[in-house]
Amino acid sequence: MKYLKFIAIGFIFGIIMYKSQAVSWFRIYEMFRFESFHMYGIIGSALMLGIAFVQIIKRKNIKNIYGEEIQFTPKAKSITRYLLGGGIFGLGWALAGACPGPMYVLVGAGAWSILIVLFGAIIGTFLYGLLRRKLPH
Amino acid sequence: MIDAILQPWPWYVSGPLIALVMLFLLLTGKNFGMSANLRTMCSIGGAGKVADFFKFDWKSQMWNLMVVTGAILGGFFASQFMSEDTAIDLNEKTIVALETAGFENPGEAYVPEEIYGWDAITSFKGLAILIIGGLLIGFGTRWAGGCTSGHAISGLSNLQLPSLIAVIGFFIGGIVMTFFILPYLL
Repeated sequence: MKYLKFIAIGFIFGIIMYKSQAVSWFRIYEMFRFESFHMYGIIGSALMLGIAFVQIIKRKNIKNIYGEEIQFTPKAKSITRYLLGGGIFGLGWALAGACPGPMYVLVGAGAWSILIVLFGAIIGTFLYGLLRRKLPH
Repeated sequence: MIDAILQPWPWYVSGPLIALVMLFLLLTGKNFGMSANLRTMCSIGGAGKVADFFKFDWKSQMWNLMVVTGAILGGFFASQFMSEDTAIDLNEKTIVALETAGFENPGEAYVPEEIYGWDAITSFKGLAILIIGGLLIGFGTRWAGGCTSGHAISGLSNLQLPSLIAVIGFFIGGIVMTFFILPYLL
């Protein structure tokens, strides 16, 4: 069962996201109004430790479980796509109060109407695929 | 200990645990990004017939769908067995702002009844809010090449300038929605 470990990682992720309340519309609203440190603390502390992990992996040349080098693909250089795409994503994030990860967690938590948002997100991804060549990157 | 698990987890517990999830995925030869699965689902649905963007070997991306399957199970497990009180302890100012906007019990549940409740989703406006929210998320995240996990955690952890630009974009969009658009919608 080569997929079991990914289900297990997702399971842990789902628990963390639910218990941290990062999947709550209210927490996102509060974050964008800068009225709570909670979300900034979550993202900030994840990032601090994340930077440390990546540095350790690179410096100590740590291999993955298959004995292969861990690859970090640099993101393509651009400003337009990140600012415009990011801006559009931000509008949706603040409106629906969920980003792609939390959507799934909320499905599991029984907030069924999030399926409408998920459906919209799949269609949005499809529309991007159709229009990709016409968009600045 | 049990009580601490049942209570909402503070940021200094949740944040480092999220970094561990990223580490696990790196160690299993993958990377932490929760939006790529949307593209995989389009491919499985046959979108490769109309756009090259969806022509790729989606079977190599199955792990991605396994992660989100796990996330669904995790959300179920945490909400059913690991939570006593699911009220959100919001800032007083946030509560006042929401009450002024007509919300009845801000923070009483994870998602507001006024947006996610039955009455909301069966109205034209309410349904439009959720569909448009989803469209913006799906379109924007692919254009930007990642979402909160892919850019704000993975990309920034690897000190990628593009990810910083994307995160600035996320916040510009989020602030515009929260301060200039939401007040007219709610």
